[in-house]
Amino acid sequence: MNNSLWKDALDRLISNKLSLFGSIYILFIIVLALITPLIAPYDYAYQNLDLGPSAPSALHWLGTDTLGRDLLTRMMYGSRVSLMVGFLATMVALTIGVLWGTIAGFSGGKVDTIMMRIVDVLYGIPFIIFVILLMVIFGRNLILLFMAIGAVEWLTMARIVRSQVMSLSKQEFILAAEAMGVSKLGIIYKHLIPNAIGPVIVYATLTVPQIMLLEAFLSFLGLGVQAPLSSWGLLIRDGAVSMEEYWWLLIFPSLAFSLTLFSLNFIGDGLRDALDPRTSDS
Amino acid sequence: MKYKFLFILFSVFLIGSCGENVPPVESSYETKILYLGNGTEPKDLDPHTVTGVPESKILMALIEGLVIRHPDGLEPLPGVAKNWDISSDGKEYVFYLRDAFWSNGDPVTANDFVYSWNRMLMPSLGSQYPDMLYDVVNAENFNKGLIDDFSLVGVKAIDAQTLKVNLRNPAPYFVELLAHYTTRPVHKATIEKHGEMDSMGNQWTRPGNFVGNGPFTLEDWKLNQVIRVKKSPTYWDADRVKLNEIHFLPIDNPTREDFMFRSGRIHVTSTVPTEKIEVYREQYPDQITITPYYGTYYYRININKSPLDNKLVRQALSLSMDREKITDKVAKGGQIPAFSFTPPDPNSYFPPTTLEYNPEAAKQLLEIAGYTPENLPTIELLYNTSEGHQKIAEAMQQMWKENLGINIVLTNTDWKVYLSRQNTGDYEIARAGWIGDYQDPKSFLDMMVTGRGNNQTGWSNEEYDNLLIKAANSTSQSERFMHMYEAEKILMDELPIIPIYTYTRIFMKHQSVKGWNPNLLDSHAYQYISIEE
Amino acid sequence: MLNLILRRIGIAIPVLLTVITLTFLMVHSAPGGPFDEEKAVSAEVLAKLNERYNLDQPLSVQYFDYLSGVLVGDFGPSFRYPGRSVTELISIGLPITFELALYSIIFALCVGIFAGVLGALRPNTALDYIPMSTAMIGICVPSIILGPTLILVFGIWLELVPVSGWGYMPGDKILPTLTLGTAYAAYCARLTRGGMLEILNQDFIRTARAKGLSETRVVVVHALRGGLTPVIAFLGPAMAGLLAGSFVVETIFGIPGLGRFYVEAAFNRDYTMILGSSIFFSVLIVSFNLLSDLVAAALNPKLRD
Repeated sequence: MNNSLWKDALDRLISNKLSLFGSIYILFIIVLALITPLIAPYDYAYQNLDLGPSAPSALHWLGTDTLGRDLLTRMMYGSRVSLMVGFLATMVALTIGVLWGTIAGFSGGKVDTIMMRIVDVLYGIPFIIFVILLMVIFGRNLILLFMAIGAVEWLTMARIVRSQVMSLSKQEFILAAEAMGVSKLGIIYKHLIPNAIGPVIVYATLTVPQIMLLEAFLSFLGLGVQAPLSSWGLLIRDGAVSMEEYWWLLIFPSLAFSLTLFSLNFIGDGLRDALDPRTSDS
Repeated sequence: MKYKFLFILFSVFLIGSCGENVPPVESSYETKILYLGNGTEPKDLDPHTVTGVPESKILMALIEGLVIRHPDGLEPLPGVAKNWDISSDGKEYVFYLRDAFWSNGDPVTANDFVYSWNRMLMPSLGSQYPDMLYDVVNAENFNKGLIDDFSLVGVKAIDAQTLKVNLRNPAPYFVELLAHYTTRPVHKATIEKHGEMDSMGNQWTRPGNFVGNGPFTLEDWKLNQVIRVKKSPTYWDADRVKLNEIHFLPIDNPTREDFMFRSGRIHVTSTVPTEKIEVYREQYPDQITITPYYGTYYYRININKSPLDNKLVRQALSLSMDREKITDKVAKGGQIPAFSFTPPDPNSYFPPTTLEYNPEAAKQLLEIAGYTPENLPTIELLYNTSEGHQKIAEAMQQMWKENLGINIVLTNTDWKVYLSRQNTGDYEIARAGWIGDYQDPKSFLDMMVTGRGNNQTGWSNEEYDNLLIKAANSTSQSERFMHMYEAEKILMDELPIIPIYTYTRIFMKHQSVKGWNPNLLDSHAYQYISIEE
Repeated sequence: MLNLILRRIGIAIPVLLTVITLTFLMVHSAPGGPFDEEKAVSAEVLAKLNERYNLDQPLSVQYFDYLSGVLVGDFGPSFRYPGRSVTELISIGLPITFELALYSIIFALCVGIFAGVLGALRPNTALDYIPMSTAMIGICVPSIILGPTLILVFGIWLELVPVSGWGYMPGDKILPTLTLGTAYAAYCARLTRGGMLEILNQDFIRTARAKGLSETRVVVVHALRGGLTPVIAFLGPAMAGLLAGSFVVETIFGIPGLGRFYVEAAFNRDYTMILGSSIFFSVLIVSFNLLSDLVAAALNPKLRD
């Protein structure tokens, strides 16, 4: 694609204040996650059993958990897991889902039927048993975790993309491109994917939080992070149990989680508007 | 507009639904209905095939055995048997039955017990607790299919109201076993009307079909919702029963149970969320109850894995465990640090308590064993996923790291994977717990005999096995206890299992519930319970 | 259209067969068996139990036994609840889960579409930001937080509604519906807004506006049809997701639904129950996907082939 189009998009993205804020926040969180081992105030596993759960203080800015571990440190380390899981699994789901949906929707006919029925089959398989088996076969492995999550999350993505592509592929400009002899791949790449990207981006920004929470559930089966390391999903789940007694254990992880999702969302909206060729003249 | 409309609709919905709901606990002063939080949904209500605590609580209301447990002290009280004689060698028991009746009006006879024990011991029924009756002559042989003729087993009906039982060895705890649900009677005609004598999943346990002889009868069973039992008019001691109904609510989520208790939906909970224990002890000291429970929380060690095959390493692991810190700062439920496998026992068995917390000695043992922090391999600690187990494991990981320099990897899995890994010996250290079925050290120590299903450590010690055989054949309680004490000393020296703490029962109880007295087995006969202002 | 339905029903059979076969192989190779208990079962008893439930047969025999059972509508006995058939368990749980999912989806659609349209009509104004941020919060707050919070506020502090149950006390259906429906309402809102924005920018809408049609007419008659396409595509999986995902809400509120049976069956290795509910969920998913395809085709003639 031509450079100016992307540059335009970037300009538009930056001019959108909310998405600018979102981008800065996400960048900040990512940098923080990357340098966590250098700047974390405590060891994430270090317990101070005599201290126990304590409210935020000068020593522990966000308080400590029931074993007396520093919450801020645990959240910082947790962000490494959650961000990695959230982004990578979403990328996997996005890639498979978009490709699958586009091909099915564009090809139509038998190919479409078969591809979408495969999606139906995968929907029907008991996920818990699937995960337990994966664990038996591959052991505890974060890469595997992304695969397991990606393997489930792309299904809905594929359905959304397919319906989008199907409605687009009947429109005039696609038909015109076909008539002009543009190759199928060319049509998919140049016309279908860019035009279907709006709902895809929206759905992708919604997928990230889902996956971060799914990670906490997979930890239950022993597939997620290994104690004493934690993740945002796990911190939130543990915090929810004791929200009446130790509010900080729920509030701070939830806040970090929600802010990240808000930001992602602003970026998503900004990206969609920026990439949409039709919004340029409005 | 739509928004507003929905909002109004919702508000009306909310307002309309409030006020009508009088919390059941409040109305129970009138209705005399007891509402209980009862853990997981029962599998079935057949006393010979079930195994769980929730089932046992319900069976306590529905079926009565030869004896019942005293509501405070647990010593056996007459149940269907009004009294009994024990021969001087402790091997022959004669029970004299009272005029008791089934809920359909039939009399409860000695033959009912013979039939029931026969059924329970039939190998084809697949009962998981047949060992409760193994002290009876030939019961084990019959259950294992070595003999087919039940008349060779030592239980006979002399007449309709006299039951004679012969034991293969004196068992001072035998009468107490007869309060356990697996030894209780079932109604022959009902069983055979709905299926075979030995068919598991027989439909006789459904409401409408169920015939029992307990203080209550089964009224309703809504899966995952409620099991309702109603006062039985045919129960021999019906005058004593003060409750009209009991509703057993299956609640396997402690947070939800806590909400239900606080909103007046249940009188007694089955547990309290860990985070709340401390708070409730301060705020509601008269509602929270913490009592010792006849069970031990321990770590099981696979002694076939290096370096755990070395006794000194196991001793070092135990010595570097600060049990008091675990109970006070981590578990926080009033648990008692355990320095022996068998819990402290009111029957005056005092287990050897040689274990201690001594990190210095632990370090030395590890050195003697030839290990330094550098050449110690990483050890895996396995537990089933639960916040409580995880916290203890995390604390233990830090203690062992600090005191011995051992690196521990924590592995959590779901329940079935956890069980199957222990069964197949695919673990190094695993968290475990054991609750005694009856108050006798035997119910703990038997487990570690060579090849027993729950040994699972690969540990085998001839002297230990022999001591337990000697104990079984002892004629006096003091001699028995002496052998068991010696056996436990071996166990606590070898440490294929490392005890951590003695369990407690922690539950909330509404002040209107009277007669719900704490006891070691958390066993409560409902005929002694009432609801009063 | 009838043709489409018939074809899809025809193709559902191989889909189901594949699900059954894969699930069957998976459950039987998962570690841990249905009869593993904390108190170890003796080898003799285990053999008896396996014999009773046909688990001592070769896997292929079990598989064909199971299939021939399914053909005549017999899904076998549950391993977790002796004496209860899988059919009985499903018939207890399904209506409840279905009711819960239905209320939640209705709630989600009403709130979501309304908020989404509002946002798309006045993009980047307060009317857009407020519902959309609320929607984001709805998505961000997982049901494990939302449920207990609602219970705490409305059940414990305000004492307005029962804290648990389903059809056990009046008003106990409100909180579960809200808890389950909120996230989906938020999804609907966002998808509607996205879809509507696409459509409202298209030429035929401009034409319609230029012709002087009233805004309501433009939105309701012309724009909503196309603008709801993403929502409708999402509806099939959403309904399926609601049914399967109702597990969390059912656990929080103690609702005796199928979601709980299904997840607990997986944890208990209740083979027949896992298979039975997988089949059931597959049928539901296939039907909902078909249904949402049909609705999409009806709303958008371009999708018809």
